[in-house]
Amino acid sequence: MADPRLLVATLARLLEGCRTVAVGALSPIPGAAALLARELAGGALHVTVLGSRKTNDFTDGGRELFDRAGQGRIDAFFLGGGEIDGQGNVNLVGTGGDYPAHDVRFPGTFGAAFMGFAVPRVILFREDHSRRVLVPRVAFISVPGTSPPGVWRRGGTVALVTGRCVFAFDRAKARFALASVHPGETRASVRANTGFDYDEPNELPETPPPTDAMKTLLDGPVARVIAETYPRFAAAVLGTGASNRRVN
Amino acid sequence: MAAIDESVEDLVARIPDGALIAIPPDYAGVSMAATRALVRRGTRGLGLLAVPTSGLQADLLIGAGLITRLEAAAITLGEYGQAPCFTRALRQGRFAMRDSTCPAIHAGLQAAEKGVPFMPLRGLIGTDVLAHRPDWATIGSPFDPADPIVVVPALRPDVALFHAALADRSGNVWIGRRRELATMAHAAATSLVTVESLDAGDLLDDPVMAAGTLPALYVGAVAVAPKGAWPLGFEDAYGMDHDHLADYVRLSATEEGFARYLDAHVLGARAA
Repeated sequence: MADPRLLVATLARLLEGCRTVAVGALSPIPGAAALLARELAGGALHVTVLGSRKTNDFTDGGRELFDRAGQGRIDAFFLGGGEIDGQGNVNLVGTGGDYPAHDVRFPGTFGAAFMGFAVPRVILFREDHSRRVLVPRVAFISVPGTSPPGVWRRGGTVALVTGRCVFAFDRAKARFALASVHPGETRASVRANTGFDYDEPNELPETPPPTDAMKTLLDGPVARVIAETYPRFAAAVLGTGASNRRVN
Repeated sequence: MAAIDESVEDLVARIPDGALIAIPPDYAGVSMAATRALVRRGTRGLGLLAVPTSGLQADLLIGAGLITRLEAAAITLGEYGQAPCFTRALRQGRFAMRDSTCPAIHAGLQAAEKGVPFMPLRGLIGTDVLAHRPDWATIGSPFDPADPIVVVPALRPDVALFHAALADRSGNVWIGRRRELATMAHAAATSLVTVESLDAGDLLDDPVMAAGTLPALYVGAVAVAPKGAWPLGFEDAYGMDHDHLADYVRLSATEEGFARYLDAHVLGARAA
């Protein structure tokens, strides 16, 4: 299992230059990453964390997140995925058997079928990097990796971060390319655990760990703010130094 | 004229068999007291519209066999994982599932609020969500036919069912920041509301309170049900009953276990 602090730092780096980011429910690592990116930007990143009371300025109900995104007021958003395929398609509904009676049912699409179109920088994050998750072809497309010309789309997926590596997504080619491997992983270990084909660069860097400045921020202001929404995560991963303890 | 201070049993008796009920997500004012009363009453053939997601409430109603159709953007028990009765009943084909996406449900309700037949929505093109929705359409924008856009029909629930902090004697209901409850209530034919307590004054007198108040015009009946969201949490008043949720998940892993849950916490608890 990857060091969650490395994942937080990696996701935070992908938010560089954004003005606004929204984080969905049940997403402690993306939530911490958004707060870290806010600290690194000296506060010049507007963060909303669904499920938070304090890091959440919505006053117009459930629709407001989507209305903001529709207007282009949200620069970045994180999406998970029960399945993700090599064309960047994401499945949040189910797999095995025929819809709707899938053998394995996931919770559902949530807002992804809209946010994936309206948000310019979508970052896919799924810690479980296995052939069960990263498949040749998803069983159900909750949000497609790319859209044909003429279909309105402000952007879409730019990267996929897993517990093993970072993939960059090339929208023109509808294809992932390995961008870095986390410490302990290799080209071979990533290939062996990925069910879809992807490109590999000649020079493959290791995913950089959090800098000392990032660590200080993670243990201080980030831990304090994220603890409101994810107390167990904050206690286990941030602030205590117990970086490899499993959390829910 | 809203009926005030009736019993939770009387409140749910207003829901006929076959009604379409709109419900909020688990964190935004779910009337679990009315949900349990509905199961005790045994109302049948209900449609459920999750606005835009649900969890324990939908799972309980589905497990108890009240639901024949469900529209939702997601059903999940959050940190407690998959909703067991929902997952089991879906695999067995015991209800008709309409997968949606959050803003499509908000948009459909907004169409109903305005009394217009449909609402356009970006995204969705190329998804299997759209592919499985014969009731949705992709049209050319009337102002630029080369710009394809999805339209979703108005969602007009028969009942919006939810829990709020306060109502007054006129049937005005204070929902605070939970504006999705207002959207639901505006779109539905009527709203049935349980509240933590009754306010002796008029919620519309104070402009600070009035801004967060759903007018009685939309409200069919109000029942007082202290801790009416339990075992879910409710705003700052009380948190989720984590032990109870863990028990629910453990028992509901099997149909027999779920039946035991119903006996212990729903069917036997006439006063709850």
